[in-house]
Amino acid sequence: MTTTTMDIAHDNDHHDDHGPQKGWRRWVYSNNHKDIGSMYLIFSLVMLILGGASAMAIRAELMYPGLQLLEPDLYNNIVTNHALVMVFGAVMPAAAGLANWMIPLMIGAPDMALPRMNNLSFWLLPAAAIMLVLSFIVPFFPGGGSQINTGWTLYPPLSLQVGMAMDFLIFTVHLLGVSSVLASINIIVTIFNMRAPSMTLWNMPIFVWTWLVTAFLLILILPVLAGGVTMLLFDRHLGTSFFDAAGGGDPVLFQHLFWFFGHPEVYVLLLPSIGVLSHIIPAFSYKPLFGRKSMIGAMILLASIGMVVWAHHQYTIGMSSAAVSYFMIGTILISIPVGLMKFNFIATMWRASMTFEAPMLFAISIVAMFVFGGLTGVMLAIVPADLQYQDTMFVVAHFHYVLMPGAVMALFAGVLYWLPKWTGNMYNEKLANWFFWTSLIGFNGTFFVQHFLGLAGMPRRIVDYPVQFTEFNFISSVAALIYGLSHILFLYLVIQTIRGKGTTKAKSRSWKGAKGLEWEVASPAPFHTWDSAPTVDAEGEIKQK
Amino acid sequence: MAASDNKKTAKKLFVLVAGMFVFAFAMVPLYNLVCEVTGLKGSDNRAGLPINQDIDTTRKILVEFDGIVNSNLPWEFEPSTRQLEVHPGEVANVNYFVTNLADKAVTGQAIPSVIPWFGSQYFKKIACFCFDKQKLEAHESADMPLRFYVSTEIPKDISTLRLSYTFMNLEKTGS
Repeated sequence: MTTTTMDIAHDNDHHDDHGPQKGWRRWVYSNNHKDIGSMYLIFSLVMLILGGASAMAIRAELMYPGLQLLEPDLYNNIVTNHALVMVFGAVMPAAAGLANWMIPLMIGAPDMALPRMNNLSFWLLPAAAIMLVLSFIVPFFPGGGSQINTGWTLYPPLSLQVGMAMDFLIFTVHLLGVSSVLASINIIVTIFNMRAPSMTLWNMPIFVWTWLVTAFLLILILPVLAGGVTMLLFDRHLGTSFFDAAGGGDPVLFQHLFWFFGHPEVYVLLLPSIGVLSHIIPAFSYKPLFGRKSMIGAMILLASIGMVVWAHHQYTIGMSSAAVSYFMIGTILISIPVGLMKFNFIATMWRASMTFEAPMLFAISIVAMFVFGGLTGVMLAIVPADLQYQDTMFVVAHFHYVLMPGAVMALFAGVLYWLPKWTGNMYNEKLANWFFWTSLIGFNGTFFVQHFLGLAGMPRRIVDYPVQFTEFNFISSVAALIYGLSHILFLYLVIQTIRGKGTTKAKSRSWKGAKGLEWEVASPAPFHTWDSAPTVDAEGEIKQK
Repeated sequence: MAASDNKKTAKKLFVLVAGMFVFAFAMVPLYNLVCEVTGLKGSDNRAGLPINQDIDTTRKILVEFDGIVNSNLPWEFEPSTRQLEVHPGEVANVNYFVTNLADKAVTGQAIPSVIPWFGSQYFKKIACFCFDKQKLEAHESADMPLRFYVSTEIPKDISTLRLSYTFMNLEKTGS
């Protein structure tokens, strides 16, 4: 078996058997999972800065009532862009970058199963990013048409009336979809076929499990979104009437297609982060993860229920009360598997002699903040309450409370946790603590007050507001500036660790309590790892002879 | 051995992807079917004259009328009456007044919707301008008739029905 694994590596990679190619060829032609993983992560960081800049623009405009900086159309354009850049440009590629780097290391595989397809799925992303930026700036050129003012949901009829910028955006969604689907197929094939022969599905690391479920979700939902936006494109240019009421179409159909994708998409963003936490929390609690099998069960349950509750985003479209009740009960049921995961995390920390390195600080705060975001989610799931809360800043506060800790911060934690493995250097712990505390204060200051704004009736996606909302908006904007600037610390931290100046060298097991195959290889991880598959025991550790 | 296994697994997954893409398009007829079965769609509710329906004089339903013009249709569109009280089963007439403001002939069609949604199926139209495309010459005006009744089967908890028309432009204008 060992020799067969070697043979695959030779079949696929014989031209860089002796290390990476030189210069730009190393990156453009790369089919090495570590290099592609790094490119994903760097791409994600660039997109995070772009999306963060648009968030700063939004908060700057909302700092005071009235129109100061942005025209209403430009404001809505930026809101649309912010969401798409963050979801598709920052979070999903970052999670894919972690998957590329860690999955082969964790399951004892020499590389991803389909390395050339891996290269394609990454290099589609910069193309998509250029299209996305074009969709933002094309209205500023003569004949460029109107700006995209629909928000990321792209609802018709508004999206049928926007100028050519919408076509750029539709093709962006297509490219991003193809990229993610290819990456997902690659990940599933890798997990099924490339595991070390002694590693069963049950003793596979939880991060790999979360990505297996995520990849299946992506395969099921992204083609539906692609179909939906293709119909938009047909309606816009080919005279069809899928959504155009003038020809007998129904705009609400698009909402169903969009949210059939859009709701499971939030679990796509969440699950890899749950996987990251499932490694960090046991490592710094020096205990195995509590309820490992229930964790796997919970994530499968979460994904399955998550596929069939999409219409809770559309309570106000006029569904029958039977349909609304079904979607309400289904949505509330989701809190059971999610709650179970959180209880497992808490039980892992229970009576543990924990240490509080930056990844652990993030992990603990994420569990607390995510539970809070989940509770406002239950509030929003309740139909009569939702009719009051929907389309207000309360919703904005809710989904930032689940996505920021649940996706973005967990990815930061994961990067800090595995950075020693990638670079061979320990990051500067003091700086990481500064980053943690400033971003924690900045994040909560930005979004906590938005709950009050929403409950008091401030609508979302509107450029201006009545003067009674001034104070909370001012607090939110100042905190947002702190939050935004805190990321400079992160950027500095990462560059410093990569350059290795003023840092200490990392051991191969960089954290005392860290478990798993990735800590068996040297730090930094060599260009080729696990050329021969390791033999693991029931805990997924290397079998001691 | 394993390399061809990889391709086999990948092929199966590609079939799944293609299947889901087709599923998105299959949602279109599926959705229309569900809407028709549940009566949710603001369908045109064509009906003949009320048969075997005595006028229920014990109840009155307030019917409100509303007319909107889609932003790319250069028309004015307004009901002659804003609201009307009818007994269930009683046939009533309302006119909508339409003017084409453009310098050329334009074809449009009105798309109805009824609020509350579940009251939609009890609003029966005997004749309606919304059944057909309407063509107005340059600066032409017209009275467009609607003849309807409210079914006697309308549930007790509905006392108001609001009928809203949106007139759509059927000429391809582009955006």
